[in-house]
Amino acid sequence: MSDRGRRLLGMIRKESLQILRDPSSISIAFVMPVVLLLLFGYGVSLDAKSIPLGIVIEQPDTATQSLAGAFDRSAFFAPRRFDSIQQAQQALTERRIDGILWLRSDFSDRLLGGEEAPIGVFVNGVDSNQANITQGYIQGTWLAWLQHVTEARGREFRTPVAMEQRIWFNPALSSRLFLVPGLIAIIMTMIGSLLTAMVVAREWERGTMEALMVTPLHMAEMLAGKLIPYFLLGMGGMLLSVGMALFLFGVPLLSPFWMLMGSSALFMLLSLAIGLLISIVTRNQFLAGQVALVVSFLPSFLLSGFLFDIHSMPEWVQTITYLVPARYFVAILQTLFLAGPVWPVLLVNGGAMLLMLLVLTVAVVRKSYKRLD
Amino acid sequence: MNFFHMVSLAWKEFLTLMRDKRSRIIIIVPPILQLFIFGFAATYDLNDVPVAIYNEDGGGASRELVARIEGSPNFSVVARIDRDAQIAPLIDDRKALMVIRLGARFSADLQQGRPAPMQIIIDGRNSNTAMTALNYVRGIVLDFNREWQLAQGLPAPPVKLAVRAWYNENLQSRWFIVPGIIGSLVLVVTLLVTSLSVAREREQGTFDQLLVTPLRPVEILIGKALPGIVIGLLEASLIIVLMVWFFDVPLRGSIAALYLGIFLFLVSTVGVGLMISSISLTQQQAILGTFLFIVPAVILSGFTTPIANMPEVVQWITHINPLRYFLVIVRGVTLEGDGFLLLWQQFWPMAVIAIITLALAGWLFRHRMY
Repeated sequence: MSDRGRRLLGMIRKESLQILRDPSSISIAFVMPVVLLLLFGYGVSLDAKSIPLGIVIEQPDTATQSLAGAFDRSAFFAPRRFDSIQQAQQALTERRIDGILWLRSDFSDRLLGGEEAPIGVFVNGVDSNQANITQGYIQGTWLAWLQHVTEARGREFRTPVAMEQRIWFNPALSSRLFLVPGLIAIIMTMIGSLLTAMVVAREWERGTMEALMVTPLHMAEMLAGKLIPYFLLGMGGMLLSVGMALFLFGVPLLSPFWMLMGSSALFMLLSLAIGLLISIVTRNQFLAGQVALVVSFLPSFLLSGFLFDIHSMPEWVQTITYLVPARYFVAILQTLFLAGPVWPVLLVNGGAMLLMLLVLTVAVVRKSYKRLD
Repeated sequence: MNFFHMVSLAWKEFLTLMRDKRSRIIIIVPPILQLFIFGFAATYDLNDVPVAIYNEDGGGASRELVARIEGSPNFSVVARIDRDAQIAPLIDDRKALMVIRLGARFSADLQQGRPAPMQIIIDGRNSNTAMTALNYVRGIVLDFNREWQLAQGLPAPPVKLAVRAWYNENLQSRWFIVPGIIGSLVLVVTLLVTSLSVAREREQGTFDQLLVTPLRPVEILIGKALPGIVIGLLEASLIIVLMVWFFDVPLRGSIAALYLGIFLFLVSTVGVGLMISSISLTQQQAILGTFLFIVPAVILSGFTTPIANMPEVVQWITHINPLRYFLVIVRGVTLEGDGFLLLWQQFWPMAVIAIITLALAGWLFRHRMY
């Protein structure tokens, strides 16, 4: 074996021993993804169910009872009756209910008399997204009831334009199917940068960097020796997460497994390189940890398109999202899992990750030199 | 307790944080920068959703409907297509979120009083975006139908929904998210400031020296907690001013209640930070502990996805998360105009968390030595 190979192997061996002796690295790679994915996979959901809805019926009769019954039967609502609109509004103020359905005393008279009978709906708009969803469900329940009533009276229910929707890739619109792949991307971003953020800074802080410098080890060998064990560790965590996504959360994988692993490996290298760069630049564990936290978690959570649509952001923010590696990985993962191998998506996003990796590698190599200062 | 002891320790802590230029920058610059970027980025509202139109009809009614979609600020038409085969590539490559297809008989059906189908093919990869976009289209179609029925003298549906949203009248997503960003940013900054303070002294060996000084553990605890609380208060105030002035989020409730909330939130997060710090033997462990707390605390706080949608077990876990209570307080005071009375149920759990974590941290000072 060449000298170079022996030196590299020695470095890998040293790093691996350090990993094995300090349980914190192993727990970052294996315990963190399992715990976080379990917690988030179940905890993060945009699918509203059993929305507490107050129903006020001022004049109970068959028409109002049948409408209220439609809401009682719906799985989306957990209705509660109130005697007056004041009581219901008080409950809405105290956050005991999220919305009110108000049938005034003249509701049935107007309905039978052929006049337009308004239904008052109040929703708590603080969480505007949930308010929109609640509104949509109320509208859906109301339309279904209207159709039922019209047909029961022997008339045909007609709307001029009838919307027919076909939803591709996720017909049931289950939010878990797109959130779980996105969560994997976020968890892996953090794990990748966290694993390596401390490793070079630690050598500087403990003074062992000087010891490494007097060995014939080249800088490139040292970096590779540090990266390879952490890469394997990170990929182990990735495999665990993918396994959980497939078998626990039932996310379908419509692409070949090697594509998933290939893009994951690329992304893992990218995250590790970011951590390594932070570590080399700061030379201080305290600072490296802070920087890693600030640049990895919130940006990948909010700017990756995982939850918030990138198209709808202002132009200048969209430009910034190009700097967030998770953006590309989220697009790739959602496509690979739910839509299948769509080459244009894979090539554009994979190419962007490759480019970022190249730039970062150049930065890492230029920033790391054997010199004391 | 000796007041002078605590203040001098707090001052020393403050100097340790602020002496290093890079450390100063990381506490001040990213939160402000992130408030602006996230404040603009994080919204569930959709603008310029890319739509492709597949209009086989060309009659007046179909052109009218298409014009309404084009005119909406929520949509932007990126393609007009005329073959079925063109649909899949547009959606697969994410060039268009949806394709709206009007059949060849659309206008004729409409004129003759038959239901005219409007087909929508939508990318469900992000189910929330898909649902929101469908809601926008539904709104346009409902308006169109109503006006068509009026113009043609047809009977309109006998019942009408009159929807009113409270507190956030125009249902702007930003009003919901920006107050949440305050909580997350303040949480990150306070934990960064406190969670390494004990671990670093342990690793460097100066903590043992601190323990043999006349300072009592309570004094050490308060001295270590003060810088985090002061920095957090300043940072929170700055962000609130920016939120009101820059993002036009209203401030309708009691500012005193808001500050009581901020104070309790800071004391409880500082407690968590000091507890993590005093359990850890090395800085690496402290950083890991901080990560392991911050990430679930932010994601499971109701910041972006509602707690009510979580399974019972997870909802139960969120009760130990101070951010959960703080977010209700910020949104309550800003949007709902709440005062002390409606918020007391959010105040006391944070106080309990603060007392438990601080007591544990103080106990660990003397009992975790190696």
